[in-house]
This record gives sequence, structure tokens and C-alpha cells, in this order.
Amino acid sequence: MTAIPLEHILILASVLFLIGFVGVIVRKNALFILMSLEVMLNATGVAFIGAGSVWQQADGQVMFMLILTLAAAEVAVGLALLIRMKHQYRSLDIDVLSDLKGQ
Amino acid sequence: MMMILAWLPFYPLISFALLIVFQRQLSWQLASVISVTTVFLSAISSGYLMWQLTFNDVSSLSVNLWQWFTLTSFDTGATHPVNIAFYLDRLSAVMVCVVSGVGFLIHCFAAAYMKEDPHFHRFMAYMNLFLVAMLLLVLADNLVLLYLGWEGVGLCSFLLIGFWYEVPENAAAARKAFIMTRIGDTALVIGLLLLFTSLNSLEINTLNTLAQGEWPLTEQRTFWITLLLLGGAVGKSAQLPLQTWLPDAMAGPTPVSALIHAATMVTAGVYLIARMHNVFIQSPEVMTLIAWIGALTLLLAGITALVQSDIKRILAYSTMSQIGYMMLALGAGAWSAGVFHLMTHAFFKALLFLTAGAVIYALHHQQNIFKMGGLLKRLPVESAFFIVGLACLVALPGTSGFFSKEAIIGHLWQSPTAGPIFWWLAIIGALITSIYSCRLFFLAFMGSARENISIVKNDGVLIKGSLSLLVILSLLGGWLNIDLTSVFQPLTTQMMKQEPSWLHSVAVATPFIGIAFSWWFFREYRLGHTTKIAQSYQRIEINRFKRWCYSGLGFDTLYTQLVVVPFTFIAKVNRKDLIDQLVMLCAWYAKLLRDVAASLQNGLLRWYAAAFACGLILWLGAWLV
Repeated sequence: MTAIPLEHILILASVLFLIGFVGVIVRKNALFILMSLEVMLNATGVAFIGAGSVWQQADGQVMFMLILTLAAAEVAVGLALLIRMKHQYRSLDIDVLSDLKGQ
Repeated sequence: MMMILAWLPFYPLISFALLIVFQRQLSWQLASVISVTTVFLSAISSGYLMWQLTFNDVSSLSVNLWQWFTLTSFDTGATHPVNIAFYLDRLSAVMVCVVSGVGFLIHCFAAAYMKEDPHFHRFMAYMNLFLVAMLLLVLADNLVLLYLGWEGVGLCSFLLIGFWYEVPENAAAARKAFIMTRIGDTALVIGLLLLFTSLNSLEINTLNTLAQGEWPLTEQRTFWITLLLLGGAVGKSAQLPLQTWLPDAMAGPTPVSALIHAATMVTAGVYLIARMHNVFIQSPEVMTLIAWIGALTLLLAGITALVQSDIKRILAYSTMSQIGYMMLALGAGAWSAGVFHLMTHAFFKALLFLTAGAVIYALHHQQNIFKMGGLLKRLPVESAFFIVGLACLVALPGTSGFFSKEAIIGHLWQSPTAGPIFWWLAIIGALITSIYSCRLFFLAFMGSARENISIVKNDGVLIKGSLSLLVILSLLGGWLNIDLTSVFQPLTTQMMKQEPSWLHSVAVATPFIGIAFSWWFFREYRLGHTTKIAQSYQRIEINRFKRWCYSGLGFDTLYTQLVVVPFTFIAKVNRKDLIDQLVMLCAWYAKLLRDVAASLQNGLLRWYAAAFACGLILWLGAWLV
């Protein structure tokens, strides 16, 4: 089995991260933003796993466990918020929530 | 005695501070008692000091309070202290008595007259501050302190003319007075600086001693110094080139017109020249110029007063004309006659103005004499007071105005700096004075009432009392013997011309000629032909010559064309100048930054995330590089 060089893993992780980030910025639907966030979290997970296997350490996998738990919790909260948002604004458009600009 | 002199100008200052701080927390009684008694204290002290000077053979008093600052002379580098110091001799004692005495009576009148005004406290406070400044001006030991008082009275004049500032005309009149006198003040301060660089001193006594001995300056330098000092006096005393502010100053409440624009402040210019007379003697050309200014002003103001319709404006023009007499006296070297006329004029002009105020009050603020008429029957007491004032103004024999005006006229013919031509001008002025006084009296007081206005009775003891005292002063003021020979040395006269014998009889007869003439000429006014009077009122509007006279011989128009129009034109052209653009660039830049910052806060989550990422990238990039 040939070892995959660290650079390739990191490039994959970066590309995934960027795709996720562009998704967060470009998408207007809050559900898709949440999904793009998951992509970004998984990109970091890939980076940790890759680094752990390259250095033969268990730390990378431990970190990924942590991220998975975090992602699960985050999605739970995020979906709950989405349901409240749909209820209150009758829309999932994130730009509707612009009260921060003040009057 | 020193303590009395030191405290004299400061009593009204206490009242000013109290009234300004507590404002309406003080009741009317308390406020008027405070403001009137403090002025009364000053009046009592000045009376006491006058008595000391007259009977106890004290020639002068001086008191040095503290050092104000020091002046360093250019060439020698020596420092000269400028002190807050008071100097009282016969001249300043007379002035102090007039200012505080007449000021006290006018304060009594004002306390009753302004009782209903919502800003009564502010009014009395300004009046008190005015008296402080005027007393400082008169008592000053050096010209810098005199200048402080000079500016102080200018400020108070501005505040009081614009006292009813809600009316735009009043505010404009206040600004006009301030700016016109400021032109004179600028000349005065340049004159003072020139005097200091030439002689290294601004103390009045030092200057006078210098002038009595060997005068160290060249003729040209002296000419310029005295001319600039004269400029200041001309501005403050409303004389020829700078006279246009005084009639408009009648916008202020009537006690102000009486106190500031008749009795005291406008005489500050006369006082300045009399105080510096030793310096003025060194420049005979300027003395002649003073005489010319006085003579022309008294004629011009008299002619203008002949066609006015507002009772206060007639009195204002007559004030200008009487100050013209004082200037004429000073120019002729008749110092004590000038100061004497200043004193008697303060009495009878205060009386005239205050009585006019009482009449205006009684007629619901009607000031137009063409709409009055028949007041002799309706307001007999006020009419009697007014007759006394007019008799003094016209200089009927026996009244105070007679003595002082005859003293001036008597000096003119033989004076080396004046001459027969000035005598004739003064006589013509006296004739005009009697004619416009008769016109005013016939229109306002004789005939029958032309507008059916109910009379507001005001039997306040304050008003009647202060008026009665002024009547007594006006009638008997001529007998007050003020001996100013210790201050004024007589001019070195080389008797050029012999006086003709008919001079005095002509001078005495002139007012009677004027009265007889107007008895015939204004018979319609006297008998009260309503239609004729209405016609002649309209003729002021229609007749071009009368309109020209009515507007003060066109000086206002002239100044508007010469100064105001070019100035506003330049200002308009220069609206977008380079400096403005530079300043506006800052404003524009700030506005740009504001717009950018405002658009950043749009409340859109995705923009915030993008900005966050950009910032992170920039930060990381900077950190890596």
C-alpha cells in the first residue's frame, strides 16, 4: 500500500473547506448554509485524520471524534433554529434576518 | 476717602452679579431694590467726593487698586505697569456725579417702567453693568482702563438696544450700533498704541504733564495720534461720519435711550477729548477739524429732526445735535463750556426721554407724533415736564440749557481754532433746534386728539418722583457752579478779532425768533387741523426732498452703496474660495468614511461572514509575510 503524501491530503482538505465556505457565502437558504457548514467541518476532519495517519498518532482520530460530536450537536441546534425561523418568518432566506443593521 | 473712591464703581457690579445669578428667583421688589440701591450708593459716594473736592481744597484724588499687566516698550525694552487705578479730579468728579446721579434717577424710572417685562432682571442687570463700565471709563487713571470701560459701555449698548431681540429690526439696530462704534474703537486703539510707542506711557497724568512742558513729538505724529483719538470719540458720540447708528438705537427700551443714548454713553467721546485736551492743543488742525465735525453734525441732525415723525427719533437727532455743540466747544478750546453743556444736556435730555417714555406708555406704545395730539389736556403733568425739557433744549433764558449753550456760543467768535463762521453755524443750529422743538410740541401736545386711544394711567411714585427730580435739575442745573479752572488751562489766545457788540443779544434772541417763526409756520399743527396734518404726514412720503431729509440726509443709503453692497458682492464672489474648498475637503472625506462605515453595517449575515474571512486572510497573509 503506497502512502499518500501529506500535501495531497491537505490540498483535499483545503478544497473541501473552500467549497463549504463558498457555499456558506453564496447560498441564501439557511438549510443549505447549514449543510455547507457540515462540509467545512468535515474538511477539518479530513485534515486531522490525514495528519494522524502520517505521524502514526491516535490524536488525529480523537480530534475527529470530537468534531463529529460537535457537528451532531450543532446540526441539532441549527435545525431547531431553522424550524423556529420558518415558523416565525415563513421563509428560510437568511437575508430576512437583518435586524442587526439597526434602524 | 480712598476707600470710597475705590468702591465707587463696584457697587452696581455686585447687583449685576446677583441679578444675573438669581434671575427670576428674586421678586420684582427685591430685584429693583438691589439694582437701585447699589446705584444710589455710587451716587452718594460720588456726591460726597464732589463735596470734598469743592469745599475741602483737595485738588485731586487717586487710588491704585492692583497691577493689571505690564507693557514692554519696543525700543528700550523697559516695562511699564498698567494699573487698575482711579483718578478723580474736578472733571472726572463732574462726570461721575452726572453718570451716577442721572443713572440713579433713570434706574428708578426703569424699575417702574419695565415692571411688566418678563426679562426685567436681565434688563436691570445690563443697566447696572453699563454703569460699572461707564464709571470705570470716567475714573480711569490710564487710557487702557479707559478703553476697558469704553468697550464695556459699547457691549452694554449692544445688549440693551437688542433687548427685545425677538423683533429682527431691533437685533439689526443693535448690530449696526455695535459695528459703527467699532470702527471708531479701532481708530482709538490704534491711536493708543501709537501714543504708547511714541511716549512710552498711557497714564493720563503723565501725558498731560508731558504736554504742558516740552512736547517731544513731531507735528505729524501728533496730528495722527489726535486724529485717531478723535476717530474713537466720533464713533462713540455719533458725530458726522459715524453718526448713523444713534437714531436706530432708539429700538431699545426708552430708559436705555435715556441713559445710554442721551445722558451718558454718547458723551464718552466728549469726555475723552476733554480728558486729553492737553494733547489735542498740540495739534490746532485737529482742533479745527473737531469744530467742523461738531458744527456740521449739529446742522445735519437739526435738519433731519425737522421732518421726523417718531418722537424718540426726534429726540435722538436732537441728542446728536447737542453733542455737536459740545464737540464745537471742544474744538474751539472752550473746554469747561463743553463739559458744562454735557452736564446740563444729561439732565434735560434724560428728562425729555423719560417723559417721552411715559407718554408712549400712556398711549399704548404709539410713537408717531402725527397720531398723538391734544396731550396737553389729557396728560397735563407729563406735558408740563416735557415743556420744561424743551425749554432747556431750546435754551430759553433761565433754564440750564441757556447757560451752557450761551457759554459755548460766546466762546466761538474769538477762538483761534474756530471763528465767526462757526458762530453763525451755531446760531443757525439754535434756530433749527427751536423750530423742531416747537413742531414736536405742537404736533404731539396741542390741538385735539387724532386717534381715540384710551390713556393708560401710571401714577407710580417712582416714575413721577424721578421725573420731578430731573425737572428740578434741568431748571436749576445752570446755577450749579462747576469750577474746572484747575483742570483746564485757558487757550493761549492772541485776540484776533474784536467781538461785535450785538453778538450776545442775537444769541439770546435766536430761540425766540425760532419760536415766533414756528408759531406762524406751524399754525395748522398748533390749531390741530386734522386734514392738513394728515396731508403733511403724507408729504413726507411723497416729497423727494423731505424723504431725503427724513432718511438722515441719505447717509444710510450712501454707506449701503459704498460699503455694504461691494462687501456683500465680494463675499458672494468669494463664496467658493480655495480655503473653503480645503475645509470642505475634510468634510467630504469624513462623509465618505461615514458612508463606507454605514454600508458595512447592513445586517446581512453572509456579508459579515465574508468580511470575517477577508480579514482573516489579510491577517494571516500579513503574519506569514
